[in-house]
Amino acid sequence: MTTALEITNLRKSFGQTEIIRGVNLEIKDDERHAVIGPNGAGKSTLFNLITGRFPQTAGVIQLHGKDLSGKAPYEINRMGLSRSFQITNIFPKMTVFENVRCSLLWSLGYKYSFWNMVSKSRALNEGAEAILEQINLTARRDLPAGLLSYAEQRALEIGITIAGGADVILLDEPTAGMSHSETDYIVELIRKVTVGKTLVMVEHDMGVVFGLADKISVLVYGEIIATGAPEEVRANPRVQEAYLGEAMEAGH
Amino acid sequence: MTDTAQTSQARAQGGVTLSAALPWIIAGLFLLVMPFIFQSNSAITIMNQMAITIIFALSYNMLLGQGGMLSFGHAVYMGVGGFLCVHIMNWEIFGSLPLPILPIFGGIFGLILALIVGSFSTRKAGTVFAMISLGVGELIAACSVIIVVFFGGEEGISGDRTYGLPFFGIEFLTQIEVYYLIAFWLLVSALLMYLFSRTPIGRMANAVRDNPERAEFLGYSARWVRFYSFIAAGFFAGIAGGLFAINYEILTEENLNLHTSGSILLVTFLGGVGFFFGPIIGAIVFTLLQTVLSLETELWALYVGALFVATVMFFPGGLSGVLMMHGTPIKLGKWRMLVKPYIKVLVPAVLCILGLAGFIELMFHARHAAIGESEMTLFWTTFDHSNPMPWIVFAVLALGGFWLARKGSPELTGAWHEANTPDEVSE
Ligand SMILES: Nc1ncnc2c1ncn2[C@@H]1O[C@H](COP(=O)(O)OP(=O)(O)O)[C@@H](O)[C@H]1O
Ligand SMILES: [Mg+2]
Repeated sequence: MTTALEITNLRKSFGQTEIIRGVNLEIKDDERHAVIGPNGAGKSTLFNLITGRFPQTAGVIQLHGKDLSGKAPYEINRMGLSRSFQITNIFPKMTVFENVRCSLLWSLGYKYSFWNMVSKSRALNEGAEAILEQINLTARRDLPAGLLSYAEQRALEIGITIAGGADVILLDEPTAGMSHSETDYIVELIRKVTVGKTLVMVEHDMGVVFGLADKISVLVYGEIIATGAPEEVRANPRVQEAYLGEAMEAGH
Repeated sequence: MTDTAQTSQARAQGGVTLSAALPWIIAGLFLLVMPFIFQSNSAITIMNQMAITIIFALSYNMLLGQGGMLSFGHAVYMGVGGFLCVHIMNWEIFGSLPLPILPIFGGIFGLILALIVGSFSTRKAGTVFAMISLGVGELIAACSVIIVVFFGGEEGISGDRTYGLPFFGIEFLTQIEVYYLIAFWLLVSALLMYLFSRTPIGRMANAVRDNPERAEFLGYSARWVRFYSFIAAGFFAGIAGGLFAINYEILTEENLNLHTSGSILLVTFLGGVGFFFGPIIGAIVFTLLQTVLSLETELWALYVGALFVATVMFFPGGLSGVLMMHGTPIKLGKWRMLVKPYIKVLVPAVLCILGLAGFIELMFHARHAAIGESEMTLFWTTFDHSNPMPWIVFAVLALGGFWLARKGSPELTGAWHEANTPDEVSE
């Protein structure tokens, strides 16, 4: 198995405060990796660094062995990495269908084309319909995305994240703020759409984490204090002490 | 904005469907017969002006409505295209060039300027873009007195369109011949701009407008998406400039300045930025106000300004937004229940506006007319402004109309709500 994502000595400071303090992480191809940790530990910041939203202060991030430093988000996306956001980040005024179709454009090779009609492309329209089917929003296809319910917007967020066919998927708290049944639905969806892909996911719900992940990393105060299979991490006394004990109690 | 979805499946399969082509065929026929309905020379002059403004406004909406870029300097792209075309009219080679292809050169020149300016102005949208557009607009307008060879200084430059190579024997001596030339370009440009909005780059322009950051995480550079929309808008503005050159045979600093850039923003917003046809309505209404109303009153700009402010405040979707708001009642088959409340509110509202306008006109006349000249004509009646009667009539109209409109408005609000609610909740 080869390495999908490799992070070495990553650091990030906002002004005086160092938020990411020397993170090392290796994620293999086809792995489902969960990053857990208390609020404010720097999980979203880590995702923002990987996806080029912020520049890192120090360290190296490699995607399939290629250095990502200095690359813009769109360049990183074109290299096969896609992400969702903790706070829903969609195109609220466009229809649900349009949202998905736009997220397919680059991967189908349309680039900045002004000589193709989007409505004429079978691959594009059927692809978008298939994604809608997958995320269960076919009935909502012509609604402006901003009018969807919260859970539906989260599903759409995942839909446009996976639509482009990226092989490394980063999901930032996909089930945050959801009811039990909505969570079950999203977990099933994630399982379904990430088959054969590398998944890195920030998640608070321990049920979801232990249900989905092959490997877990625990991030506390900008440092990874443990990485390993779910059972190992659960048994780790440092993790118990720093985080997991209370989270487990809170979660169940 | 949302109209592609329903028909996309049908169209994905094969060629152009009739329902997609129909509006364009109707528009073409409409343009064809208009001069037979309005035959007077002044009507054709107005229609020519209208058509040029429509192209310009549609081009502007590629930025504002579709790309989310607020430009205060769009006139310069139309202007330079127009100036180049007038220059070409004065060159030797114009004699071997059929006039109808002249606007292409305007378009190319507009595109080249947009290419240069866009390379740095489209990096960011929002305030930065708006300020750069303003600065560049002012800069180029200022050039008109500096680069006199090209812009002709204060008097501008003029040419003669009839020196071109006759086009199937047509020399474009008459307004009507020019009308058909402009109408042809209007149809072609509008169609191309519409199709542009249906291409990958046109769709992504909407995405970048809504959420540039998310677009970047889908593989698109927001900056390049804006750039391509910008140069396309520059091209069509240049086409409008070329048509302006053909129609008026003169271009001046006025074609470049902030006032012209501001008006096209006004026109586009008035028509509504949310729908492709919005700017078309805006251009038609604005040109009519500008030409017809300005013959009636010196204060026409005041009324246009008031209309603009009212649109921004009460109908941010513009006239097209107001029209499209009625889609739901029509779909639900409940529009009939709106007719009576509409009459109850709109008739008094119109009377109120007329009364108010009459009052303003009276006041203006009383204060500014030459001494001893107290007769004035308004609404096809002549009266004396020193007579209290017209003052009373207008005041009663304004106040009475206002009172009645207000009284009817709760009923309209209720009916509107009712007409937009499905009878049974189907979900
Ligand atoms: N753009 C930013 N500027 C300054 N501080 C930031 C920024 N983004 C995040 N932070 C800080 O970094 C810390 C970690 O935030 P975050 O990565 O969102 O945590 P998590 O996702 O683990 O809850 C927080 O203290 C937050 O205030
Ligand atoms: Mg977070």
